[in-house]
Amino acid sequence: MNSIALYGRYLAVSIRAQMQYRMSFLMAASGSFVATIVEVTAIWALFDRFGNLPNWNLAEVCFLYGVVNISFAIADGITTGFDQFGSLYIKTGQFDRLLVRPRSVVLQLLGHELALRRVGRLAQGIAVFAWGASHVQVDWSLFNLTFLTFTIMSGVAFFTALLIFQATLAIWTVESLEIMNTMTYGGVQMAQYPMDIYSAWFRRIFTYLIPLSCISYFPVLLIMDKADPLGTSVIFQISAPLLGFVFLAVSLVAFRVGIRRYTSTGS
Amino acid sequence: MPANPDTGHLWQAYLSVIAARYRTLLQYRAAAFAGVVTQLFWGAIRLMVLLAFFELAPDNQPMTVAEIAAYVWLGQALLAVFPWNVDSEIAEMIRSGSVAYELTRPLNLYWFWFARTIALRTAPTTLRCLPMIIFAMWIMPALGLDKWALSPPPDWAAGIGFLISQTLGLLLACAMTMLMHVVLVWSLSGDGINRIFPSIALVLSGNILPLPLFPDWMQSFLELQPFQGLVDVPFRIYAGNITGSDVLVELAQQVFWTIIFLAWGYWALGRVQRRLVAQGG
Repeated sequence: MNSIALYGRYLAVSIRAQMQYRMSFLMAASGSFVATIVEVTAIWALFDRFGNLPNWNLAEVCFLYGVVNISFAIADGITTGFDQFGSLYIKTGQFDRLLVRPRSVVLQLLGHELALRRVGRLAQGIAVFAWGASHVQVDWSLFNLTFLTFTIMSGVAFFTALLIFQATLAIWTVESLEIMNTMTYGGVQMAQYPMDIYSAWFRRIFTYLIPLSCISYFPVLLIMDKADPLGTSVIFQISAPLLGFVFLAVSLVAFRVGIRRYTSTGS
Repeated sequence: MPANPDTGHLWQAYLSVIAARYRTLLQYRAAAFAGVVTQLFWGAIRLMVLLAFFELAPDNQPMTVAEIAAYVWLGQALLAVFPWNVDSEIAEMIRSGSVAYELTRPLNLYWFWFARTIALRTAPTTLRCLPMIIFAMWIMPALGLDKWALSPPPDWAAGIGFLISQTLGLLLACAMTMLMHVVLVWSLSGDGINRIFPSIALVLSGNILPLPLFPDWMQSFLELQPFQGLVDVPFRIYAGNITGSDVLVELAQQVFWTIIFLAWGYWALGRVQRRLVAQGG
């Protein structure tokens, strides 16, 4: 069986397993929808009290927020294996079992679970995006639609990479998960707001070191046909999402190095 | 368990539960260090967002920049006190069915788990809180980021008021965490409820956005709801945003809600305990 077919098989098993507890799934999905939608109230409250940002109104921020959250929800759904890597595989010693199987560890971890409950966050992202998009002037040309899809895919790659880094870290720290969660969610939090409100050094870190703004702020500017107060060129904005995929490649290399250093907890 | 409950010193048993769990949870030091770094980052993000908005209309706002900075840094330093998760071992016991053994202990289940919960809410905080406060109070100004720094409370009264209020907030957080444990015993699919609860609490406590910054027409509601006692009350007392006799009113409210949640959890755990079905076997 080739890898793609095997991955498909993993996903089918995972979906069937989750559908055995349909009530539980519905509760978890609607739970995460409500949980994430209440966060939007903070953005709304800030605009309500202080008025529009110099270059951004509420609808435009919602558009940006939606793009980031859609990407994150998809990545979050497919990477449960990496997310739970520390507690389920390293701490328990179960990881040894993955290593002896004649398939790549990454594939097995991706196949760990397709977390259907994440559709709650996905639905929230789509809802906020849809509201924002309907209040913003966007030219829905074929180019923009393709580019939006490309941006979301690069966002998925980016957040997947963050979770792979988290798993890599867990090889050493064993119990690191909730902390990196802060990082992942912190990243989502941050990308929800336009980059031009952050300090310059901060922006640089999140453009060149951790290419968070390349999968959110810069491509969204291009789609909305907004001039960038930071003065980046159109060429840069078009190519920025590529960095999301580069980041994924780097994380996979790091993970490979981590596995080579792995010593079993052995119980 | 070192203490023998037969001696009549039952409280000693509970204290040793807290101490034992606390020491176990203190082991995760590397995780705590990573936590400090990421939470500093997160705090910085939040401050930059808030200040970017604040500067659009800085006059006649319910909070000053210094108060917002204190609120954000304390929020990061004391994040683990917030009832955002359940005790993973308790959850595992419920899932595997070994919770049945818990019932055979000569201790009251509610207070036994409450003791564990106190350790869960305090141990990660002790590891993270000090380095974060040192950073926000002294290193930030040294880096030239005075505006972002955490200032000490304006006077002794504010400092003492904060300590009392934060202790009450901790007890309230534990009582709320206990309710999440009860939900798990009640139904394994309570997962959804336990996901919604912390998010609503995050917003209503002020953790996402300081409560005074919400629209004015919402303030009378925000003042009355229980989650305010988790974050908003202690932090605003610290910053000197709540002063004088208002402090006493807020403390009384915290006591009131803590008692309500304790009683609710105690009663509910008693009810589900009677019809508990041990899973697995």
